[in-house]
Amino acid sequence: MQMGPEHLVIAPIVIPLVAGALLLFFDDRERRLKASISALSAAALLAVSIALLRISHYGDGRVAVYLLGNWPPPIAINLVVDRLSAIMLVLTAVLAIPALLFSIARWHGAGPHFHTLFLFLLMGLNGAFLTGDLFNLFVFFEVMLAASYGLMLHGSGPFRVRAGLHYIAINLAASLLFLIGVALIYGVTGTLNMADLAIRIPQVGEDSRMMLEAGAGILGVAFLVKAGLWPLSFWLPTTYTAAAAPVAAIFAIMSKVGVYILLRLSLLFFGASAGASAGFGSEVLLYGGMATLAFGAIGVLASQSLGRLAGFSVLVSSGTLLASIGLVQGDITAGALFYLVSSTLTISAFFMLIELVERGQDAAANVLAVTMEAYGEGEEEEEEEEEVGIAIPATLAVLGVSFAVCGILLAGLPPFSGFIAKFAILTAMLNPGGLGEQGVITPASWWLVALLIFSGLSALIAMSRAGIRAFWAPVDGSVPRVLLIEIVPVAALLLLTLALTVQAGPVMRFMEATAGSLYAPQPYIDGVMEAPRAVPRQKGGEE
Amino acid sequence: MELVLSLAIGVLVSSGVWLLVRPRTYQVIIGLALLSYAVNLFIFSMGRLRTNMPPIVEPGVEIDPAAFADPVPQALVLTAIVIGFATTALFLVILLASRGLTGTDHVDGREP
Repeated sequence: MQMGPEHLVIAPIVIPLVAGALLLFFDDRERRLKASISALSAAALLAVSIALLRISHYGDGRVAVYLLGNWPPPIAINLVVDRLSAIMLVLTAVLAIPALLFSIARWHGAGPHFHTLFLFLLMGLNGAFLTGDLFNLFVFFEVMLAASYGLMLHGSGPFRVRAGLHYIAINLAASLLFLIGVALIYGVTGTLNMADLAIRIPQVGEDSRMMLEAGAGILGVAFLVKAGLWPLSFWLPTTYTAAAAPVAAIFAIMSKVGVYILLRLSLLFFGASAGASAGFGSEVLLYGGMATLAFGAIGVLASQSLGRLAGFSVLVSSGTLLASIGLVQGDITAGALFYLVSSTLTISAFFMLIELVERGQDAAANVLAVTMEAYGEGEEEEEEEEEVGIAIPATLAVLGVSFAVCGILLAGLPPFSGFIAKFAILTAMLNPGGLGEQGVITPASWWLVALLIFSGLSALIAMSRAGIRAFWAPVDGSVPRVLLIEIVPVAALLLLTLALTVQAGPVMRFMEATAGSLYAPQPYIDGVMEAPRAVPRQKGGEE
Repeated sequence: MELVLSLAIGVLVSSGVWLLVRPRTYQVIIGLALLSYAVNLFIFSMGRLRTNMPPIVEPGVEIDPAAFADPVPQALVLTAIVIGFATTALFLVILLASRGLTGTDHVDGREP
């Protein structure tokens, strides 16, 4: 047994699986131990995904393929890492660490097996980003969803159970659509390997093309439910609001899984070289995305509570991404990828911040906090304030600054990364032929420009109103007691968006390279189809 | 045989969809179960219907694909059954929790 770098590809699936299973053997009361094991494995995930990112980026678009069972491709299961999957892996790990740290302060004790479920969710997410065939995508989707059902209900209570019931029913129905779509595609093409499908789809005859497109459409609906396309998105704000804060923080990337798959499959299957089916479904993404964006922006304006505001912000982010992907233009997709990273970090931080802010507003709603800190203990706590909690006067200031930063990011104003992301998308949209070239801007693009700016304005209005209500309006509002370990994850995520702004040049170049390889998928297809099989080592042979 | 199978799938899907949009949680879960049976049959039929054909080839023998049943949909169905079973069981737990917490079996947790 020798662990070579080629085995790194499967590590993002194996690490959370093993760690999550290991945690089942410990009693739930050993929280410190469980928390350190899961935080360690999340850190290992981050290291592995960054290594994979380096491999995929400096390999000139070459993809790393891992053949499970060592069958020749396209038979059997394989895992594929290219730039897009690598950046999604890194994003998942980057979100996982703050969410785990945040949960250590309080939430991971609110119910059984929090860390195991969390790690299995990471495994499902990573698997969905890595897999190279449609059926394993289904399997990893189900792993992810099954874990998310448990996490969604973490902390229990009637509100969560009610929202969870709807969430599970909708996702089970969507999974059935997923299977129907996969079966139809298999029935027409006889393969489920994504690279092999990309080769076979242009050769599909005229008589079975309708079946294939029906299959792809049904499959797409399953992902659109996940991504939250209007009118399939009514479950999303309620579910995300009901989930516990660290859970909602990691759920922020779950809606992006749908976006990721749609981006990958629509360009791989129905890209420019797909013959008669080229561009299939892009209008649905464009107009559906615009409707989602409008719905989300209005929802943000109408939200009375911070939780729903954040839930509708997820829809705004999904709508922006889907509509930008629907325009099928390389530089817009690059901007959209930048937006994906920036908005996911923002929304994740925002969900955690909301919990801290609302803690001060409504003490009765937070029974957990009251039980954990009986009034008599306050005197003793003061002394060790330096170690576990931050000084009380600074709490409101820190929360207020973080809230303002979140507002700026959601609205897409300078100097943070939300501005750069939207600017990149808008610039690309208004210069369809390239910068400084003459090109015709379609009416759909104009509409999208208007909607993007409107959504930013609505986020700004809603956030200012919510901020005034939370920080300025209460005359005798109690100051929330915030632990250092709770504010550090939020601050870290927000600092990351600042780092994205400072390093916007290199990041944007990476996103452009990613978009470029998505629009020219031949290296991906060749990389998978010609992946070398591992040579079985002779028993007792040297070296 | 094609007619019988497609009729069976059609009946299962229509009953499943009807039950899925009913207001009681028990109806919803039965609807989901019926739908998943229909989907499993559908996946199976996508490997084309063949009777008395082996799905496994013998090594070293000249292979005529027409004389074999497609093994891939069978493997897919098996996986789909297992996953569907697990998620239905999980849904059942939530259903009971909801019944206990809200005191009603309405999907919205309260009587209209």
